[in-house]
Amino acid sequence: MKDKIAEKLLLFIAFSAIGSLLLITFFIFQQGIPLIFKIGLSNFFSMHWSPTRGQFGILSMIIGSLMVTVGALIVGIPFGLACAIYLAEFSSKMVQKTLKPIIELLAGIPSVVYGFIGIVILVPFIRTHFGGPGFSVLASSIILGIMILPTIVSISYDSLVAVPNTYREGSYALGATKWQTVVKLLIPAARSGIVAGIILGMGRAIGETMAVIMVAGNALKIPHSILDSVRTLTSTIALELGYATGDHRAALFACGAFLFIIITILNIIAIRVTGHRE
Amino acid sequence: MTFRIGPRTSQIIAYIILLLMTIITIIVLFFIIGYVFKNGFAQLSLEFLFDKTREMGKEGGILPSIIGTLFVTVLAVIIATPLGVGSAVYLVEYTGGGLLRRIISFGADCLAGVPSIIFGLFGFIFFVIQLKLGWSILSGSLTLAVMIIPTIIRTSEEAIKAVPLSYREISYSLGGGKLDTIWKVVLPTSLPGILTGVILGIGRAIGETAAVIFTAGSSLGMPTSVFSSTRTLAVHFYILAREGISMEKAYGTATVLIIIILFVNFVAYRLMHRFMERYY
Amino acid sequence: MNRQKMMKISVEQLNLFYGQNQVLKNVSLEVYEKEILGVIGPANAGKSSLLRALNRLYEIDYARISGKIRLDGENIFNIPVNDLRKRVGLIFATPVVLPGSIFKNMSYGPRLHRKIKKQELNDIVADALKAANLWEEVKDRLYNSASTLSGGQQQRLCIARTLAMNPEVIMMDEPCSGLDPISTAKIEATMLELKETYTFILVTNNTKQAARTVDRTAFFLAGELIEINKTEKIFTKPDDPRTDDYIRGRFG
Repeated sequence: MKDKIAEKLLLFIAFSAIGSLLLITFFIFQQGIPLIFKIGLSNFFSMHWSPTRGQFGILSMIIGSLMVTVGALIVGIPFGLACAIYLAEFSSKMVQKTLKPIIELLAGIPSVVYGFIGIVILVPFIRTHFGGPGFSVLASSIILGIMILPTIVSISYDSLVAVPNTYREGSYALGATKWQTVVKLLIPAARSGIVAGIILGMGRAIGETMAVIMVAGNALKIPHSILDSVRTLTSTIALELGYATGDHRAALFACGAFLFIIITILNIIAIRVTGHRE
Repeated sequence: MTFRIGPRTSQIIAYIILLLMTIITIIVLFFIIGYVFKNGFAQLSLEFLFDKTREMGKEGGILPSIIGTLFVTVLAVIIATPLGVGSAVYLVEYTGGGLLRRIISFGADCLAGVPSIIFGLFGFIFFVIQLKLGWSILSGSLTLAVMIIPTIIRTSEEAIKAVPLSYREISYSLGGGKLDTIWKVVLPTSLPGILTGVILGIGRAIGETAAVIFTAGSSLGMPTSVFSSTRTLAVHFYILAREGISMEKAYGTATVLIIIILFVNFVAYRLMHRFMERYY
Repeated sequence: MNRQKMMKISVEQLNLFYGQNQVLKNVSLEVYEKEILGVIGPANAGKSSLLRALNRLYEIDYARISGKIRLDGENIFNIPVNDLRKRVGLIFATPVVLPGSIFKNMSYGPRLHRKIKKQELNDIVADALKAANLWEEVKDRLYNSASTLSGGQQQRLCIARTLAMNPEVIMMDEPCSGLDPISTAKIEATMLELKETYTFILVTNNTKQAARTVDRTAFFLAGELIEINKTEKIFTKPDDPRTDDYIRGRFG
């Protein structure tokens, strides 16, 4: 009967799809983990990344990724939340309907375009007005911050809008102003969604590759100021994969595996925090 | 003596700040697109769009990249959509919301957030080297397909779950079988949601660089088959910009890229509206 | 008076389980051809579950069943479920119209089973709508969205939709529960008109509606069939005191 055929076919499709996803996970780890055991954990988490000498310490890059991500959050969270609050609570339906898609358009712009704008405008600006090479933590943070804005805005906006109107009405009835309601009632109520949005934005920032390569400078040292050059985990993988062989290549996979784990943990936290992902 | 700002004043200050920040955000967006367009429009000649690439991109046009991008994206979508939607249908309609479904959904959710460089890593070793597909359109689209399948599963699953149970019950009580019910009632109803996911996937695929550069390669020739290497628009743009080969051509390429993405999004919204009208 | 009616459906020792929850306990009854059987009882008595058992709709809820059910003497588990549901139609409490036009709603069912020529399809749709007393109101707007109809009209559309399948038995699960008195009256009138052609099973919370319309009445309580008899008897001199309590409104 055609129902039976359909069921078998769909099962096959589902298996293939899930199978391919499992394949990736398995593959990345299978290529990368043996290397970590080979060189030892202390080597892997040391400061020195020097493939030619067999040193694959990713600590400086972890710090680089971290700095750039924190910077992105410093830029992205205030603006992201501000937009979300403005749209959800202080603007008319008309404005919301026009502006929200526009902000989401920001998410559709390819990362390389962001990187390019960074190179062409931001980097020279920083170089002239603040010193340093221009290719810096600062540039990366600003660009990444802009890139994660749509994520934070979308999810925070949805969380705010989901707060039942009865909360607002109750607050107004007690004489509170809109702003007081927002700060004291709505944001705490939407807290879990907002936090999830921020965590997801963080995941995006950590995983971003192309834009960062273009503006970060990629020097292999720990930056001492935000005007210094920096290299992230993702940049390393992208910059060296083209010519890496043997252990070097395996080390890049190990970086990939590490990134994979971190981002999956972040995703799990985000899902846990909301109960269901946006 | 402490100076207290009254609640009304705080609100006005807050409102102004919020509005300002929102305006700044919008301005940044328009600035980015505008700046690229301003410098890129000059490049948009028929020659640019339809000519082969010469001198590593310093001269000539971007036709190979346009064709390459087209092939890679379309192929990726053709592979990913049935797999993604089919999986979502199976998850919702055939697994009864049990543990299996939650595990798979969760897995899809997690993978949807994995950065594209990881997919590039995977595609490079698996498709290009191990499966000996080489740097090719095929490797590129397979990698991209794997990248967008989780997104499609997620959005399709939500859309299918949203179809009311009563619709299914009605179909069954009229004597419809499971396949009939899915094909004639559930899927048409959830189509807008599903399409959104697919279009999101397309948008992501077109602008993708990290996953593509290591799998489809960066050859500037006209692709002749799925085994040809190709340089997609995003990759070409990246190389032009980073190597400093030609800023004008870079702007031009970026402009074309952004226009295509805007167009895809626009088509998506129109399609959805037309569909909603026809059905509701 | 013709008391020798043919048995349409027979139910023997029916038990229905939703997980650990048993919603029907050892139910046995018979439904005669071309009668209107009323099913009354308080909430959670198992009335809706009985209907869902009769057309095997409980299967989509992943529920479990034991016991025998026969339609015209045939075991319903041996009949292909699609055919069974064509012959035994079900109308739900809340009218649910599928997205699309009135015509689309009407033609969905018939087209599931075979290819039908346009002319024949138009006839099937028109006949069913007429039988459901809805034709006059919608004949000029068949291609409008079905959601533009009022609640009462939508429910009659659901009836028409079922009629288009040419069923033998029509089961109605509290069909008038959300409707105004006029729509209710229209639906009751339709049912009485159609009684000549179809067998009806009507689940209702409204004892007065039962008293008005049905031939025999079955009283359910907590998953068990307490009493089944001619309506007049159930409502004036029931055998079981619990039936009496329910009828008189002492509970439920």
